[in-house]
Amino acid sequence: MAITVKVMERPIGEASYVRATLKGLALTLKHLVDPHRVTIQYPEEKWDLSPRWRGTHRMLTTEDGTAKCVACGLCPTVCPANCIKLVPGEDEEGNRFPLVFEIDEFRCIFCGFCQEVCPEEAIHMGRHYENAEFNRARFVYDLERLTAQTHPVSELWDPAHPRGE
Amino acid sequence: MPPLDASQLPPSTLFFLLATVVKMLAIFTLYMVVVAYTTLAERKVSAWIQDRHGPNRVGPWGLLQVAADGLKNFMKEETMPGDVYKPLFILAPALAFCSAMIAWAVIPFGAPLPTPWGRIDLVVADLPIGFLYVLAITSLGVYGIVLAGWSSNNKYALLGGLRSSAQMISYEIAMGMSTVCVLLVAGNVSLNAIVAQQVATGWNVLILSIAAFIFLVAAFAETNRVPFDLPEAESELIAGYHAEYSGMKFSMFFIAEYANVLTASALFVSLFFGGWDIPFTRWDNAGPATVTKSLLTVAMFGFKTYSCVLFYIWIRWTLPRFRYDQLMSLGWKFMLPLALVYIVIVASAILGLDAAGVARTGWAFKGAMGSINLVLLILLFFVIDRGRLISPASSRIDRERVARIRRATDTRSTLGSGEAH
Repeated sequence: MAITVKVMERPIGEASYVRATLKGLALTLKHLVDPHRVTIQYPEEKWDLSPRWRGTHRMLTTEDGTAKCVACGLCPTVCPANCIKLVPGEDEEGNRFPLVFEIDEFRCIFCGFCQEVCPEEAIHMGRHYENAEFNRARFVYDLERLTAQTHPVSELWDPAHPRGE
Repeated sequence: MPPLDASQLPPSTLFFLLATVVKMLAIFTLYMVVVAYTTLAERKVSAWIQDRHGPNRVGPWGLLQVAADGLKNFMKEETMPGDVYKPLFILAPALAFCSAMIAWAVIPFGAPLPTPWGRIDLVVADLPIGFLYVLAITSLGVYGIVLAGWSSNNKYALLGGLRSSAQMISYEIAMGMSTVCVLLVAGNVSLNAIVAQQVATGWNVLILSIAAFIFLVAAFAETNRVPFDLPEAESELIAGYHAEYSGMKFSMFFIAEYANVLTASALFVSLFFGGWDIPFTRWDNAGPATVTKSLLTVAMFGFKTYSCVLFYIWIRWTLPRFRYDQLMSLGWKFMLPLALVYIVIVASAILGLDAAGVARTGWAFKGAMGSINLVLLILLFFVIDRGRLISPASSRIDRERVARIRRATDTRSTLGSGEAH
């Protein structure tokens, strides 16, 4: 049995191949002579990061150069990816400090909970994304490495916003 | 009478041979460089059309990208799949490339160059059968592709090769027919004579626009360029006939594609756009040969040819690929009849004008041919516009046939239901 095909009645202006071709050529020529390029030439030019950008961590320090961390254990507790390893230590005066503080940046999901929960504002997410390394072990950042980072830290919320803070 | 100048006379045999070798080397070198840079031009223009930058890392504005690509292809491993037929598998890329290359031998690319030892024609071989040679050679190009497809022992490659042979044969006829009109007007098949005729009567594109149009479309099909790139349709056939190729052998196919484009452009320019003739001037065609004249005409030829190449690229990044049935029906049901009808019209017009005693170089001839051409162009546009040439297959069925089919199915379905009761 023959299949009945519904034949669309379209005006010639829409159905004509010639007109469509000419229209297409005009369009491509327009882009050829007047390009609207948005490409960023990466190593030379860089994208402006949002103040809320959550990148690799940074540990802030006190004036004497030691980490602000008091080894309270909140960040490993809140961390959903279980990527923070913390071994607390205590000196004679009872001040707590981290003996070991390691973040596995491969396991980290960059949620920012650690920064949010930290009572001392010690651990921060960073506004940074160029993290390439040559081996896996280098992605476990220890305390020394975290304190040595210099990139700006994430705001997590917009400080100008009335509901922020 | 001025004294005979040695630089205006044909050279001695020895110098002729020497000059020919030099011309061959020069053409080959220049051709390879231009083909290589055409690949870069394609990438750049496509990038600009798509609002991108294109290659811009290797060298200033990416100009050394070509060298980097060449080096990469040389260093790459050549894979040899298990069951290929080795002799043809290795020969095919060379075949594909050579046919495009040797067609250049007869294309005149400039006004004669005077030297102290005699006048050199700026064409590698001024064959008296020039254009027939071109037709013969360009039709060999399909062998490279078909043999590549067959010897690869790969279904997709074979399909690509088959498609390409069917397509090239279909469009070669229309292409040959379209050039018959040019040969009729020129009265000669030597490309030098065709260029000389265009100098005398004005460019063929002005009096034979439809032939130029058919030639251009057929040339797109012959060179497997979008919208006729079915042999290498990525979405259906992976890469078509060169699916099994890698390294420098693949690169040869890539070069062959652009070499074909360049050759087709040069032919198009020679046949319809006056070859090396500089428009709106007479001084380049008359009087003794000078070096300035030669250089300027070569530059003009290069400019025209490259404009045509850029047109190819522009079309490629505008039009989508045809479906296979559209390709075939365009070739056989439209291009071929159009070319045949056009030959009859042009031949009758020339016969009539000759019989009426109109000189071919006069304004009357140009005017008559030009006006016939204009009328035909308008008619053609009207027909193509209404005819829904490339449109869904359903819309090409005429309405009466649709009604007939509908009636037939209606009766059958009522009969069927009657029997069921």
